Amino acid sequence: MLETDLWQMTAVTFLPTLFALLLVFIPSSSKEMLRWVTLIGTAVTLSVSLIVFVGYYTMLEGSPSQPGVMPLHSKSALLEARVDAADAGGEVHTTPEQRGKGLMPPPSGDFVSRSKWIPRFNIEYFLGMDGISLPLVLLTTVISFLSMLASWGIEKHVKGYCMLFLILETGMLGCFLALDFFLFYIFWEVMLLPMYFLIGVWGGPRREYAAIKFFLYTLLGSVFILIALLAFYFTDVRDFVRPEMAKSKAVEMGVRQGLSAGEAEKQWQKFAKDAPVHTFDLVTLSKVGRAAMEILSGNEEQVIKDAPSVDKEGMKERLKQPFFTKGFQITMFLLLFVGFAIKVPVFPFHTWLPDAHVEAPTPISMILAGVLLKLGGYGIIRIAYPICPWAAHYLAYGLAVFGVINIVYGAFAAMAQTDFKKLVAYSSVSHMGYVILGIAVWSSHSQYWEWGMNGAMFQMIAHGVTSAAMFFLVGVIYDRAHHRDLNNFRGLMEPMPLYGGISFLIFFAALGLPGMCGFIGEAFVVLACWNYDKVLAVITAGAVIITAAYVLWTVQRVYLGTNDKYKDYQDMSVREIIIAVPLLIMAIALGLFPHQLLLSWMQPSVNGLVESLSRLGGGH
Amino acid sequence: MLHSFSPQALADLQRDLLAFLPELLLCGAIVLMLLLRLFSGMAKTHLGGVALAAAVSGFIVSWLQWTHGGGLPAPDTSVRYFTGLLVYDNLTVYLRLFLLGFAALAIVLTMFTRIPDAEDSGDFYVLFLGGTLGMLLMSSANHLLMAYLAVEMASLPSYALSGFLKGKRPSSEAALKYVVYGGGAAAVMLYGISLVAGKFGTGYLPDVAQAISVSLSQGKVDVSLAMGLMFIFIGLCFKLSAVPFHFWCPDVFEGAAAEIGAFLSVASKGAAMALTGRMVMVFAGPDPMKAAMAFAPILALFAAITATFGNLAAYSQTNLKRLLAYSTIAHAGYMMMGLAVVNAEGFSAVLFYLATYLFTNLGAFAVIALIRNRVGSEDLSAYAGLVYQSPGLVVAFGVFLLSLLGLPPLAGFAGKFVIFSSVYHAADAAKAAGTPWLANLYWALLVIGGLNTVFSAVYYVRVLKVMVIDTPPDGVADRTVPFAASTYATILAMIVFAIGVAWGQLSDAGDRAVKSLPKKTTIVAVAPPG
Repeated sequence: MLETDLWQMTAVTFLPTLFALLLVFIPSSSKEMLRWVTLIGTAVTLSVSLIVFVGYYTMLEGSPSQPGVMPLHSKSALLEARVDAADAGGEVHTTPEQRGKGLMPPPSGDFVSRSKWIPRFNIEYFLGMDGISLPLVLLTTVISFLSMLASWGIEKHVKGYCMLFLILETGMLGCFLALDFFLFYIFWEVMLLPMYFLIGVWGGPRREYAAIKFFLYTLLGSVFILIALLAFYFTDVRDFVRPEMAKSKAVEMGVRQGLSAGEAEKQWQKFAKDAPVHTFDLVTLSKVGRAAMEILSGNEEQVIKDAPSVDKEGMKERLKQPFFTKGFQITMFLLLFVGFAIKVPVFPFHTWLPDAHVEAPTPISMILAGVLLKLGGYGIIRIAYPICPWAAHYLAYGLAVFGVINIVYGAFAAMAQTDFKKLVAYSSVSHMGYVILGIAVWSSHSQYWEWGMNGAMFQMIAHGVTSAAMFFLVGVIYDRAHHRDLNNFRGLMEPMPLYGGISFLIFFAALGLPGMCGFIGEAFVVLACWNYDKVLAVITAGAVIITAAYVLWTVQRVYLGTNDKYKDYQDMSVREIIIAVPLLIMAIALGLFPHQLLLSWMQPSVNGLVESLSRLGGGH
Repeated sequence: MLHSFSPQALADLQRDLLAFLPELLLCGAIVLMLLLRLFSGMAKTHLGGVALAAAVSGFIVSWLQWTHGGGLPAPDTSVRYFTGLLVYDNLTVYLRLFLLGFAALAIVLTMFTRIPDAEDSGDFYVLFLGGTLGMLLMSSANHLLMAYLAVEMASLPSYALSGFLKGKRPSSEAALKYVVYGGGAAAVMLYGISLVAGKFGTGYLPDVAQAISVSLSQGKVDVSLAMGLMFIFIGLCFKLSAVPFHFWCPDVFEGAAAEIGAFLSVASKGAAMALTGRMVMVFAGPDPMKAAMAFAPILALFAAITATFGNLAAYSQTNLKRLLAYSTIAHAGYMMMGLAVVNAEGFSAVLFYLATYLFTNLGAFAVIALIRNRVGSEDLSAYAGLVYQSPGLVVAFGVFLLSLLGLPPLAGFAGKFVIFSSVYHAADAAKAAGTPWLANLYWALLVIGGLNTVFSAVYYVRVLKVMVIDTPPDGVADRTVPFAASTYATILAMIVFAIGVAWGQLSDAGDRAVKSLPKKTTIVAVAPPG
């Protein structure tokens, strides 16, 4: 059967690269054409991602599960359920009656798809999406489109810029869609180099320093991730995969020892003993991770009972693998966490960020703040937590403290800045702290943690919108004034009323004013935190005042008052308006209709993840 | 007279000659090129074509041997031939494909860059093919004496080749340094061989291996044996340019032409790696864990020091060939990590790494040679802002450098991944086998390998930075490279990318090459503990 979802997801991932290849054939002198083709490339990607979104939404609506449950909360919202169903051969629903029984969507429309890639290492081209990755995919395509529009002012080596820009987009989208750890890692690394050059070639005066700092920090982080990746791979997971999979591994082992395929098929049980199953499959690994937590909480019997293993006798022995020990879980969680925390960035791994932001050209800052930082948060949610839940729970308080430090430190640091861009950069550090805090507040009541996790996800989207908008607005004024010194502005509202108005709204959205997008995420997180630890919640809530202070102070210093120096500035051009207004609309709409626009289809998946984790360990 | 041989002997001879066919082709080409020089009409002809034909036909014959085609003897079971001095197995054939494939590609490069002009081409290609022949013998040596002869046969032409740029002081100096160091190392190696052979009364590798495993199982440290093995290892380390026997490497690379640098860093290293790996694997004997305990510490130590030193020393280099020399040293370190695992998985990873390294490093040296032909310099400063004149070449060079750094989705990453995964696996296995110190050793090796990747990023990316970010110097000469030559680099870059995306089959080939090693050591699965 033609897997339309596979092609759609592949298209979303690789369309930008395809357009980058197309650019090769356009002469570098026709700059305008290069820009247009790139813009069309991002637009096409955006359209396809919207098609995918509609498909996903329809799938959720079309597959109600139990009576009394809202349609979008069907089992189809859970990635794991869909993957399991697809692996079991895919239950196709054709009639309404069958749909009513909560069967899974057909393989061509379930938005998970795997095919073999490098069988020797059991590496798969495994793509899939759920309510956790899809919002970020949409965010990526939207921000990429808008920041390409913002790239019109780039005059230097347009061709190289556009190609790198498009490759970067593929890297980001691939990360969000990959469900194979190895594949994820490849996309993760693919982003590295385009970003290095985009900062290093098109950046400000200290661009070389900023670019190499970004590069080395991220590379160090990915080495950590690589070690964790190897460690997971070498865990024998045969007890947690379908029996057919274990069997096919045994047959493969027989063939490797010189038997014919048919012969090995017959005697597969003989080889089953020495046929370990290694995998990079994130869904399987998360099952193993949950089993590890159960075992470490003393529920080994239950794990053995529930596992799909065919060899329960041998399983006991295999559960003594390092993976199921505390030391391993903690080590691997920390490796992953640090790897991702560098990207978020979490204090004290954040120092590359202000440098990179200050030096990067405006559109690249938009991408960096709008999307790249989210990859860190996404990695923690998608990889670190599900695979090492025991360690995540064990270290939860520490993580929450780091989140709070980020919030407070980022806000204070932002207040101290005189460079407009650096201020926005540190405000990113502060806002991403909410993401870490929201993820970390693993409390015994899964409901509170659900708030936290949803808040974290919402905050990622909201911050993606507002920070991209803020960096763009800084870019607008930088294009006119050619400096970013906060103490040298004043009175921009007068010559540029439209610009001032949009800026006000965006800054208020970032500040977390109720009715705007920044509020929802922060409120969710603080509420969840209150139930987790009151001291941290109070500090977090207090930090809102600091945030308000630096935002208002900035607004006052830049926009209010009068200033003869800037009297003759042009207000925003049409192109600038086309970029700013969609971001503004999103910032307001997400604040007014958080449920309708985002939570309704994001929440079921997030809640599914939280429930699967929080019921572990026998309800401690 | 033929009829005085028994039919069996004749059949054996035929088999041996068919097994030896690629080498015979090279011998024929060498003799042919020397003879052609006798004719006055041929003295001014560029002989690249003859050498290329020999390398390509040798490659095709090896390919038939690998795929069991053309009625050639199958290499799946190891066949000892020429009275057991040489061995013909999958490893031999894999290395033949590697070396002859490299030779063919490198000869094409020399035809582009014209580094031997028509007049010198005869000498150059005779030396080149002669060195390759020695390397082919290194990869199939089955006797200590044969190993020594092969090493020497590979080295002597290399000495001459590195001094080939006549009239250039650095080139002659490089050759002299290389000869002196090489001579010393060869002497040490020969001394080690005489110790081992004297102790056991044989130099035949499988017999030596048996004697060693008996000696290991007695648990006594035999000083003369240890010294003998150590000396042999030092001789090999010289060929591998492992620290601290690497001092010749940067000077030779700087002095010799870039084409020769590629030859030394890819072919010579590949052959040395194969010979070392074969010895390690054969000596390891039937109990890889015991052998690992004996061999791993020293191999791991050399690997770690070599990789770290190579990468750190590359930092301050401004000459690209010198920089690549240190990078070569570092990569020898990575490969030795695979050897330190002392099992089939590790060695297979090394062989795969070699294949990825072939295209990557040849590509890098090719770009250096092409640019040298335009600007006459190999200094980093000559590359400033190169992207504005030769964007295609810079992209290709970027691919090679990043592959050396090990960024996915390029071949170098796949190679590094396979090596690191074998090290991790070995650590797991060692832990399961109840030798935590060995597991810790491998863990440390893995961490050192990972950190080295980050170290190396600094200087690889610096080269990229100079080419892309720096502004070209004023009044710079035209640095565009001829289309055909830059296509050559582009094709290599595409291969590097293609291997990086689909490397499953190539790494399977590495597995197959290791499988037919005489002492079968199957890939160790993670044994359930307890």
